[in-house]
Amino acid sequence: MTTSFIVHDKADTVGVVVVEDVQPGKDLTGWVMETDETITLKSLDPVPLGHKIALRDVKSGDTVLKYGHDVGRAVADIGRGRHVHVHNLKTKRW
Amino acid sequence: MARYEFYGYRRENGRVGIRNHVIILPLDDLSNAAAEAVANNIKGTLALPHAYGRLQFGEDLELHFRTLIGTGCNPNVAACVVIGIEPGWTGRVVEGIAATGKPVAGFSIETNGDLSTIAAASRKAQEFVQWATEKQRERCSMEDLFVSTKCGESDTTSGLGSCPTVGNLIDKLDPLHVTNCFGETSELTGAEVVCASRAASKQVGDKFMQVFNAYQEVIERHKTSDLSESQPTKGNIAGGLTTIEEKAFGNLQKIGKKTKFIDVLKPAEAPGKGPGLYYMDTSSAAAECVTLQAAAGFVVHLFPTGQGNIIGNPIEPVIKLTANPRTARTMREHVDLDVSGLLRREMNLDEAGDRLIDVMLRTCNGRLTCAEALGHREFVMTKLYQSA
Repeated sequence: MTTSFIVHDKADTVGVVVVEDVQPGKDLTGWVMETDETITLKSLDPVPLGHKIALRDVKSGDTVLKYGHDVGRAVADIGRGRHVHVHNLKTKRW
Repeated sequence: MARYEFYGYRRENGRVGIRNHVIILPLDDLSNAAAEAVANNIKGTLALPHAYGRLQFGEDLELHFRTLIGTGCNPNVAACVVIGIEPGWTGRVVEGIAATGKPVAGFSIETNGDLSTIAAASRKAQEFVQWATEKQRERCSMEDLFVSTKCGESDTTSGLGSCPTVGNLIDKLDPLHVTNCFGETSELTGAEVVCASRAASKQVGDKFMQVFNAYQEVIERHKTSDLSESQPTKGNIAGGLTTIEEKAFGNLQKIGKKTKFIDVLKPAEAPGKGPGLYYMDTSSAAAECVTLQAAAGFVVHLFPTGQGNIIGNPIEPVIKLTANPRTARTMREHVDLDVSGLLRREMNLDEAGDRLIDVMLRTCNGRLTCAEALGHREFVMTKLYQSA
């Protein structure tokens, strides 16, 4: 099974798409590096190579975790399987 | 372990270089034309033109001298011709480089003009290059090696693959008493506390936080936005990185899982505590950072990229690696090591780290990097504030 997305840490809110063909409605297989687990997820958006996909529902204002750490706050509600980027995630710094 | 050795040029002061450059170093912007003329006259020499050197003062002037003197002192440089508009500051750079014991000579333009200066400097450059080209490589051990790292045009594959590959190498080289260096102060924003926890002592961690906070003050003073498209860059964002915090944790993967840093260096400051990992206070702009690390005496550079930064340095070979399969495919001539197999789970991190060590040692033995073959020689001085 092709690994379509990779997750750094089990606690993470987002995974990284590592293939070039993620379209809405596609069933994806992911790999959690920390625990060496395989997980599955249905994409709801086209997500380009290297971009993030939500692993669970996130409320606007929630902290988003990657590497097991705080990487910013959601500025819109984000559904599981949605593309996560500058339109719905912002820095808490600067 | 025969695997861990290389052939380099041992210099007069005992330091080891992996290249044998004769450089023509301008003190200031005005002297670029003469320096380039000398390099054109004498084959096998290399001019390092830059934009600064006039009416600087204070800490900014000290950094200018530290960078120029450090560049001349780098063991990848066999000999050096310095050209400046006037003899005073030219002599200061010559004297600084001469402390290494390597051949260095200074020429100044006022009262001579460009043409006489170029003639005299060219005669000296010819003498230096014919002397340097007889130097032979000799077997060296890993304690002789100074390795720097900095990533650029990062994307999420940098944090997943190419930066952890460098980290794996650092964790393997640190016990062999290699001297390593990382930097990029603004690019640790959000990960600064985790970075400070990787200092070898509380004192070193506190020193790091002082440097980090001072850089944050500069950004807070001058910013007009949240720096989106500057830090992270537009390329970072195209590659999927969204926030500086996310970029910072990817960046920090370069120091591995266990190695601690033993000191915090000023920009272009040479390490003074023996072998180990050092943090240097630098800009996160690729050419500025590598120029400072080269000026501190680092001889080979490891540069993870995601979207495809193409930087090189005139005196310190820059090895590129990427885990982004599209970059590896579309920018092949810039990529020294493709670790995109990590993302396909075709190789593990330990194997990727070993491959990087192989590429690095081959580069140390003389193999040109992609950036060297393509002629990338970005020499960019860091300027701290306006000139007088």
